[in-house]
Amino acid sequence: MTAKIKEFPGISLSEQDFKDGKILFNFDKLNGIYAWDTGVGIGSYLASLKAGVILGSHCPSCRKIVVPPRTICEFCFRPMDEFVPLKDTGTVNTFSLCYVTWDVQRIKEPEIPAVIDIDGASPLHGIMHMLGEVDPKKVKIGMRVKAVWKPPEERVGSVNDILYFKPIKEA
Amino acid sequence: MGMRKVAVVGAGMTKFVRRAQETAKELTWEAAHMALESCEMTMDDIGAVCFGTAPDAFDGVHLNGEYVSDGAGAWRKPYMRSYVGGGTGVFVPIQGWYHIASGLFDVVMVVAEEKMSSYYPHAQAAFMTIFDHTTERPLKPNLLWIFAMEMNRYMTTYGISKADIAQVAVQHKRSAADHPCALLGDANITLQDVLNSEVLAWPVQRFDVSPVSDGAVAVILASEHIAKRITDKPVWIEGVGWHLDTSYWTNRDLAYPRYVEYAARMAYDMAGIKEPRKEINIAEPYDPFDYKALHHLEGLQLADRGKACELYSDGTAARTGNMPICPSGGLLGVGNPIAAAGLMKIAELFWQLRGEAGARQVPGQPLRGLAQAWGDLMQVGTVVIMGR
Repeated sequence: MTAKIKEFPGISLSEQDFKDGKILFNFDKLNGIYAWDTGVGIGSYLASLKAGVILGSHCPSCRKIVVPPRTICEFCFRPMDEFVPLKDTGTVNTFSLCYVTWDVQRIKEPEIPAVIDIDGASPLHGIMHMLGEVDPKKVKIGMRVKAVWKPPEERVGSVNDILYFKPIKEA
Repeated sequence: MGMRKVAVVGAGMTKFVRRAQETAKELTWEAAHMALESCEMTMDDIGAVCFGTAPDAFDGVHLNGEYVSDGAGAWRKPYMRSYVGGGTGVFVPIQGWYHIASGLFDVVMVVAEEKMSSYYPHAQAAFMTIFDHTTERPLKPNLLWIFAMEMNRYMTTYGISKADIAQVAVQHKRSAADHPCALLGDANITLQDVLNSEVLAWPVQRFDVSPVSDGAVAVILASEHIAKRITDKPVWIEGVGWHLDTSYWTNRDLAYPRYVEYAARMAYDMAGIKEPRKEINIAEPYDPFDYKALHHLEGLQLADRGKACELYSDGTAARTGNMPICPSGGLLGVGNPIAAAGLMKIAELFWQLRGEAGARQVPGQPLRGLAQAWGDLMQVGTVVIMGR
């Protein structure tokens, strides 16, 4: 049937059509402002970040330790109310060198987001955070890293209480 | 299991363009109208309408399914929009399938539409909400991160190079040059063009990514007794599957899409397929990024883990190969209007299996094809197997 049809519908516009005023449009801005309650699990996570500790939760049924902590083990569908402090060190599971910001601005020095498997949590259980104090060319999967915290008085109970993770110098 | 047979009997689509002059409603009508014409049916023949579109945030319209309903032919019909993010395009025909397989309806129109160009300045920012608002968004993430990190994990786990993965972008964009609706078809693109394109979020470069697009696709599904009355060449839906993994993406194996495996196994079971690599003649895995096609082929059991790129290097994946992959040109070539892109794969299999794909036709009268999509918060797999 695609073979039979000569011209498919759909009119393509270019940036120039807008500049030339060929197209009428209506601009508007949606004003969406929210305050999200953190709940029991993530609330405890943020409170312990403020105290300088990364918190996980332990499932008494499947014995997984997950991070960030939660109150339901989705694997067993049972309550998961035992919170456990984890170390603030971990292993780089994966990373990217990102040359564009969230609003698609180009940047010269890349941001280095990473998934970091936190020590003390079950294997392949990590969090997303940033890497810092490292040459982008030298970042490797499997690299050992440690959290760099804000000073205690500046912490507010946010994931940004950790500034970034930096490589642990091999002794 | 007491399920009725369901066939695809008609299909239609619009061009996929960066920015369409038509509104979402108008695009949707164009595709729906063409699908009805293709099997000489009218809205009077349609028992129900299944509609698919991805996040409302693109359009800035709450309940976009209902807003677009006039273009989708929903007036005075049982109508529902299903939504599983990027997986929607292959889920919405599954929804249509169970409407008919259950015996509730005889003919269903399935329509998927996406108009991503309305969001300013770039639709990418509308994807921000896939990151957790409390634990991730304070880091000011962008959408590319999640793909770049998954790609890096995939490459590193199996020792795959950028050049291995770039073959996918080259083949799909070349295939799309034969698609009359394609946005990024390019018959002359080379591996070097892909490898030299701008680095966005290493390892993701510009040509590794599918474009933001506007477009719509529609297919008509019918029960066995209706299908046999209206066409000599019905294409049967032989198996369907869908599956979800954890929404905590940093707690998941990023190198292997287990949710795709489970969705595929559900579909293979239903279709009675024991050896997918021999029994699937055409595969249309979801390819918003080039590495994703490989990732998904492994989840679909069509390649060993870490070996999917060999299908491209040894020619198996080519249009004339043993198992052509994305002969349409896929999302990388035809374009990626999210929900419409998934349904485009269903339409492509319909045309391919009927021998109506024109310049894109896979030789050798293929018997069976598979389409797959992926989405939600990066953890849903949806699979449809079609055969004649």
